[in-house]
Amino acid sequence: MTMEKKIVWTKKDLLGLEYLSKEEIEHILYTAQGFKEVTTRQIKKVPALRGKTVVNLFYEPSTRTRTSFEIAAKRLSADVVNIAVEASSVKKGETLIDTGRNIEALKIDIIVVRHNCSGAPNILARSVGASVVNAGDGWHEHPTQALLDMFTLKSKLGRIEGLNVSIIGDIAHSRVARSNIWGLTKLGAKVTVCAPKMLIPEGIEKMGARITDKLDEALEGADAINVLRMQFERDGALAFPSKLEYFKQYGITADKLKKCKKGIVVMHPGPINRGIEISSEVADGANSVILEQVTNGIAVRMAVLYLVAHAKKETR
Amino acid sequence: MSYLIKNGRVIDPESKLDEPLDILINNGKIENIGKALTDRADEIIDAKGKIVAPGLIDMHAHLREPGREDKETVASGTRAGIRGGFTTVACMPNTEPAIDSPKTVKLVREIARKSAVSGVVIIAAITEAREGKKLVNIKALKAEGAVAISDDGSSVENEDLLLAALKEAKKEGILVIEHCEDLKLSSGGVLNKGFMSTKMGLRGITKASEYERVRRDLELAKKSGGRIHIAHISCKESAELMRQAKKSGIDATAETCPHYFALMEDCCSTYDTNTKMNPPLRTKEDVAALKEALKDGAIDVVATDHAPHTDSEKDVEFDYAPFGIIGLETALSLSVMELVDKKILTWSGLISKMSANPSKILGLGKGNLKKGSPADVIIIDPDKEYIYKKESIESQSKNSPFIGWKLKAKVSHVFVAGKMVMKDEAIGHS
Repeated sequence: MTMEKKIVWTKKDLLGLEYLSKEEIEHILYTAQGFKEVTTRQIKKVPALRGKTVVNLFYEPSTRTRTSFEIAAKRLSADVVNIAVEASSVKKGETLIDTGRNIEALKIDIIVVRHNCSGAPNILARSVGASVVNAGDGWHEHPTQALLDMFTLKSKLGRIEGLNVSIIGDIAHSRVARSNIWGLTKLGAKVTVCAPKMLIPEGIEKMGARITDKLDEALEGADAINVLRMQFERDGALAFPSKLEYFKQYGITADKLKKCKKGIVVMHPGPINRGIEISSEVADGANSVILEQVTNGIAVRMAVLYLVAHAKKETR
Repeated sequence: MSYLIKNGRVIDPESKLDEPLDILINNGKIENIGKALTDRADEIIDAKGKIVAPGLIDMHAHLREPGREDKETVASGTRAGIRGGFTTVACMPNTEPAIDSPKTVKLVREIARKSAVSGVVIIAAITEAREGKKLVNIKALKAEGAVAISDDGSSVENEDLLLAALKEAKKEGILVIEHCEDLKLSSGGVLNKGFMSTKMGLRGITKASEYERVRRDLELAKKSGGRIHIAHISCKESAELMRQAKKSGIDATAETCPHYFALMEDCCSTYDTNTKMNPPLRTKEDVAALKEALKDGAIDVVATDHAPHTDSEKDVEFDYAPFGIIGLETALSLSVMELVDKKILTWSGLISKMSANPSKILGLGKGNLKKGSPADVIIIDPDKEYIYKKESIESQSKNSPFIGWKLKAKVSHVFVAGKMVMKDEAIGHS
């Protein structure tokens, strides 16, 4: 990976890729490259955040993202505390802001927050002096997922600018899709979103994505695809009539991949539904980078934690 | 006490006045109005450079009493009204309990008599407990003093019920006010549906949820031969439906609120819950259409939809926060800045929308400066600029998106029925 122009990091929070410039996104990816090397060492630990404390404040159950953040923080020598809050008890219990202030009173440096409500990290960030890192909020953003997707893509294809990337699946309810659209378009990729019409939210083209409801169109000329987890039950309503029908129309299979560019990169934020949005053959196949994404997630999250913790005054 | 207000620019749309005149207030009434009055008075107020107008009338406020005195009381709400130039505030019935019986109307009237600093008129519910199931006793409510009926906060879902209410209200000579929202189309939404809701990852509220209900209600008004007033119009299509309804002779009036023409959906982008209201802030196109409708008369009234909520209710996730903002203290300034300064309305036109028209629609016999009328009079410094500060808010709740804004046009004096309740911006003089 080429050297990027270094910038002075000033943001105390990472709330979403909408709020970052191209240079800031590139700087995170560049920083992550350095940390990736750390994860290959015998002793996978650096003292960058020694004496700092990171709280994983999770209002939604999550194993992989929480674990990834936890490992990232530990490899930076930070102390880590996990707090799981039952979403159902929130309305009656302590407010998000009160929780944030109480955590801050424990002299915490970084709050990594996962929340079922879109915008919860934004509200938290302006209520506390500690850094806030969004680990996924509602349907809004999942910035570290998009960053690790871009990191993986760049590692595989050497660049992001000019790439054709298609995001396939439930776009309407996907924070991964939104963060990817912001990040990829800022870095000069051409993004296509592909889903059944009812799962394409109004106005998404204004975020810079091309829209199609035909998988063929999304696959044609794509350098990479990002396949989203398809959830069928939403608010008690069916987002799509049947799993089998979805797999038939939108599922990524080896047959469909044959018509694509040879080296097409297949990504998935996980956890995968084999036989629904992706076949096992593809998920485990040569084009798949799904497990590399997981590995890269550590380096990217190390970079994010490191940067927000060392943000130069302006907003901190 | 008698007061002589001298040298002001007197604006009274009802009398088609807009000229420098003096006004004599005595015994609670406007005793005289004319050029260079020489009548003796206990106090002479120089209003040179200022506007003297009939007191503003807000036909849509939530004063929260009884039941939610933590948000607002009649006392604090009417103080907020006085600060903003409102001499009469119509309070909505979504209190706890709802104002749905002669007993509760009487209770609120008693509270107002004891604690209100401005006039208060009462809007009662259309259905018992605002549940949309059983029609209230309209005749009895009217007899107890209710000036209108509305289930505001909710629309009357059942068409037959609303039709019956319109017919009965017509018979009793009372106004029906509808909150137009089809819950099937808006359910779960928290802001305007479109690019903003998509970008922010929040559930959207379609415009159709409003205008399809406006359409239905105007049809029902037509069918009933009765009169309807549409509350808080927020979008272009509703404004156009009002225009057509008026052309076709339906007895319908409508209001919008300052936030619908002073703000747009973009304001929601930081997840500030003080930008969350129902109906939601819309788009540039809608703002332009609302202004056009105010100009051509499709919309009759600027009301506040003053909806106080405590900090602890609002300082939560966008999804969890209640809808609504306070508005009594900022309505005039925002309207002057957005409508008068931008040449949508003349000053006289604005006073019509905020005083004469609501008075006529509610049948209050106020909203004018005619000799012999009750002296509800305000003096406005039209050019005075000020920063709207949280500490200065009279309302018990502080949920305003306009905190920190530089506003223009400030009310300096307020007379309610001849009593000076605000003097030089200080409330409490008499």
